[in-house]
Amino acid sequence: MTTKELAWKIRRHGIEMTHISAASHIGSVLSVADIIAVLYNDILNIDPKNPKKEDRDRFILSKGHAAASVYAALAEKGFFDVKELKTFYSDNSKFLGHISKEIDGVEFSSGSLGHGLPVAAGLSYVAKKENKPFYSYVVMGDGECDEGSVWEAALFAHHFKLDNLVAIIDYNKMQSLTTCEKTISLEPFGSKWKAFGWNVIECDGHNIEELKYSLSKDRSVKDKPTLVIANTVKGKGVSFMENNILWHYRYPHEGEEYDNALKELRAQKPDGCIDPYEVTK
Amino acid sequence: MRDTFVKTLIDLAKSDSNIELITGDMGFGVLKPFWEALPNQFTNAGIAEQNMTGIAVGMALEGKTVFNYSICNFPTLRCLEQIRNDCTYHNANVKIVSVGGGFEYGPLGMSHHTTEDIAVMRSLPNMIVCAPGDPTETKLITELITNHKGTCYLRLGRGNNKTFHNNLPKLKLGEAIPLIEVSDNTKVAVFSTGAILDEAFDATEDLNNKGIKTALYSFPTVKPIDKKTILHVASKVDLIVSLEEHNVIGGFGSSVAEVLAENRNKACLKIMGIRDTYTNVCGSQKYLRHLFGIDAESIVKEVVGRI
Repeated sequence: MTTKELAWKIRRHGIEMTHISAASHIGSVLSVADIIAVLYNDILNIDPKNPKKEDRDRFILSKGHAAASVYAALAEKGFFDVKELKTFYSDNSKFLGHISKEIDGVEFSSGSLGHGLPVAAGLSYVAKKENKPFYSYVVMGDGECDEGSVWEAALFAHHFKLDNLVAIIDYNKMQSLTTCEKTISLEPFGSKWKAFGWNVIECDGHNIEELKYSLSKDRSVKDKPTLVIANTVKGKGVSFMENNILWHYRYPHEGEEYDNALKELRAQKPDGCIDPYEVTK
Repeated sequence: MRDTFVKTLIDLAKSDSNIELITGDMGFGVLKPFWEALPNQFTNAGIAEQNMTGIAVGMALEGKTVFNYSICNFPTLRCLEQIRNDCTYHNANVKIVSVGGGFEYGPLGMSHHTTEDIAVMRSLPNMIVCAPGDPTETKLITELITNHKGTCYLRLGRGNNKTFHNNLPKLKLGEAIPLIEVSDNTKVAVFSTGAILDEAFDATEDLNNKGIKTALYSFPTVKPIDKKTILHVASKVDLIVSLEEHNVIGGFGSSVAEVLAENRNKACLKIMGIRDTYTNVCGSQKYLRHLFGIDAESIVKEVVGRI
């Protein structure tokens, strides 16, 4: 499966999962889809047959509300049956709305923002102390960076020279109620991280090749943690969801919303890629 | 007490390189023996308790037994959600250690009065809550929580704590220790948790001298609570007095009350603690204990008035 195909399938699953379960956060899932696809297809050293293997790279989705994107990627990578995704949000399901450690391949549960970076730094800190070969990757939201704990961890990671830590910001410039700029301004965002001593890389968060290059371990710099600012569009791939805060919480309703979203997605389907829902139906 | 804790931890950590100590920039003069002896197992995470807790969780997930050391409410209330979501929900092997339970830092004022921690920590699933009463209990509890895989809270006194046990009692997590056991004709039992054991000890001595036969139990573990001992004692005596340097809501006395409320008992319970208030004044621990009516004199007065 190409990374482009995986990214498309994450979006396709995202629309289906939020539609059937009336779930929030489709805007975030579409925003982060390409980042997640690149991580799971090209970057992370992981093995679906051995999810806890010792030298695996550790990945934490700190913006836990984009859980559907990671569940979809794990299913498509063979960690569990794709059919299980249908239980997302439903009674007695282990596919919680916010990412859950009960799922094979998920390192850590999150849901409250600002928790992922400190934990990822703790993982990297041990790896560094004991010369373990793995990296820790953590994906955060931009609005998440309002949380003070993010900056506490930023200080720690720099002080302890955690060059085996890569944080990625899904920088779609929108948060819960409106834009980041109108909420709590983050800019100049990259400069802030640079001032904290991080190796800062900026890229197009929807360009697979740019993401591959930026997230590669080859980009890490000795003694510095790396921050990748991935510029994204909230709701990317469905025109009426793009840059529209409504879709942070609204789910694609039966009828026009769901039909049009699918129509648009299908038009973007990579050649040779099979729609998982057309096969199972 | 804190020195006993550090000494015990050094001994444990010397034989287990997976034991790590993180401080939130606290422990001047106290932790020095640890960082000098075991620099590779020591981290100062700075004054940032949310991050310190997350770091500890990450390290614990990699197989470490991590002690997070600070004072007062800093390692508990300041980072409560990290403890809930990251520690206890993930069953992370993190031991949260707070020095200065109750009014140990009395002169420093309300911010440093640690008076709701037991209630809050106790309400978290998977959490073990310990408050040893003297250096002997501190050593035993430190060893026990080190061997327990999961999140624990250890509430400690500062220094100059008297020793109340002549011999090392055998102890498991969740067990109370009798200092004076109930027997026939025992009228009253005092249950104490944490460093306020000294007041309980003095009060019990005074009551027995006055002819009111009084038993005394120290509860170095508040969660799980020793139901067996509570129910046994409650079947023998008329009055149980629970004592804690903590708010009466949700703490040790509440925990005893929860056990008693679900059973028929001979004894009734008086919960002695801080009666749901803050203080605007400062003072020594001794002064504040008296002010809030939880010193030996107040206990004696309370018991005499009820018997």
